Amino acid sequence: MVDRIPSGTRDFLPDEMRELRAMTDRIRAVFDEAGYGEVYTPALEFETTFPRASAPRPAYRVFDEHGNVLVLRADMTVPIARVAATRYAHADPPLRFCYVAHAYRGVRPQRGQSREFLQAGIELLGVPAAEGTAEVLGVLCAALEAAGLESFRVGVGDAALYPALLETFGVAPTASERILTELVQGDFVGVEREVRGLGLGADEVELLLRVACTRGGPELLDGLGEVAEGALAGMRALHAQLEPRVAERVIFDLGLVRSLGYYTGAVFQVYDPAYGVPIGSGGRYDELLGLFGRPLPAVGFALNVERVHIALTGEERGRARG
Amino acid sequence: MSDAALRIAVPRGALLAETLELLERLGLDTREVRANDRKLLFEEAGIITMRPSDVPTYVEAGAADLGITGKDVLMEQFGREVYELVDLGYGACTMVLATEAGEDRVAEALRRLGVVRIATKYPRVAGRHFQATGRQAEIVEVKGSVELAPLTGLVEGIVDLTASGTTLRENGLVVREEIARSTARLIANPVAHKLKAAAIDALLERLGAL
Repeated sequence: MVDRIPSGTRDFLPDEMRELRAMTDRIRAVFDEAGYGEVYTPALEFETTFPRASAPRPAYRVFDEHGNVLVLRADMTVPIARVAATRYAHADPPLRFCYVAHAYRGVRPQRGQSREFLQAGIELLGVPAAEGTAEVLGVLCAALEAAGLESFRVGVGDAALYPALLETFGVAPTASERILTELVQGDFVGVEREVRGLGLGADEVELLLRVACTRGGPELLDGLGEVAEGALAGMRALHAQLEPRVAERVIFDLGLVRSLGYYTGAVFQVYDPAYGVPIGSGGRYDELLGLFGRPLPAVGFALNVERVHIALTGEERGRARG
Repeated sequence: MSDAALRIAVPRGALLAETLELLERLGLDTREVRANDRKLLFEEAGIITMRPSDVPTYVEAGAADLGITGKDVLMEQFGREVYELVDLGYGACTMVLATEAGEDRVAEALRRLGVVRIATKYPRVAGRHFQATGRQAEIVEVKGSVELAPLTGLVEGIVDLTASGTTLRENGLVVREEIARSTARLIANPVAHKLKAAAIDALLERLGAL
């Protein structure tokens, strides 16, 4: 009989490890250079640490010998929020942390996704938008360049934009929730069905449907008239602060509401043309640290190291082909 | 995926004719696809052909930027990371629960045995339907003609897709419940949707103008 390992996990052998190690060393050097100190936190945390602020739900639980429920961390952002509130309770902000560590999430069967995956990321605590967001995007691009990627792009949206738009039009919270769910799932047919069912005027319907799939250059940030002005002004201010080498990587994406519940402002996703799934993500989470007793505005990102590696091999194959 | 040209996954089978007609009207050259039903990859036209149920797989992985497949396939493969962009309207059919004509064997099994056996090619759709309606079902997955299953006593009912109802009628089956309606959908890889936005939006605009 051959001993198996759980689905969604795998072994990493020397050839691959050598490449991954070289890549994460280059990424770590970028983080270090930018002033982000590396931290490591336990893979096991108390279950009570995680449910706050709609953090990603841990999928794996164990009991310890005292009957406490422990979970495998689902990301590094929540543990770092805990570290900042406990170990740095009286330290002057800003605080800059980085990590290269595994996180654990439940995966749907048959998806070839990992239950255990290596993340490389940073968290910047105590620097508000747009300055903090611009700094983090700069480090993100430098890390991806150091990893060896040439063609990556970063989608930047604002988690507050679409909800603000719906609120402006007086959409009820339950209907808003349904529309945002469809939008997060990328079901634009569902978004259209829900939006048309709201009984709004033709102009408002058209605007909601258009914004949901508006993505491109910074010129998009001027085009909506008065509505959702707060979020748009925030994105314009962010664009103004980006270094040119970062700005040219950014795709503004007004329909990007995505991912984790704790995001409050800017959200990002990292794309590479050599790979069909996002290779990293991040955003602002200005409310999360307050829940741990150390209210500070914060922003960060996490790269999925394995996916960055897949994109890198894809790019290299493309370059070899010419 | 790096150049601006789009690669579209096209379903062979029932949706093929109308899909090629649509792509032709959008300005793609589909003559080679029509002329050759063995070939799978048409680089020039930017078309790859496959079974409808494989379309989400190729699109999710980015092996195709866009794809066309039935909503029934997307429902069965719920959770795929693809964007559903447009309801194309054609290929209309209905997912139904059907049993032999006469007394409703499903109702009888549920009353007397507590569990009903259901044959289907759509185990997730069927399972969710029975779960959502609070009934216990044993889902039997079959690959071929589902109509055979209730006629031979394998199951009490089937969950299947029907367009006109002809095949059901010819096998002495009647529709007991409508579960969902399905039409062809245009889907996109989420990364391609961002990185090839101009090409995709241009296609959507031509589509909207038809």
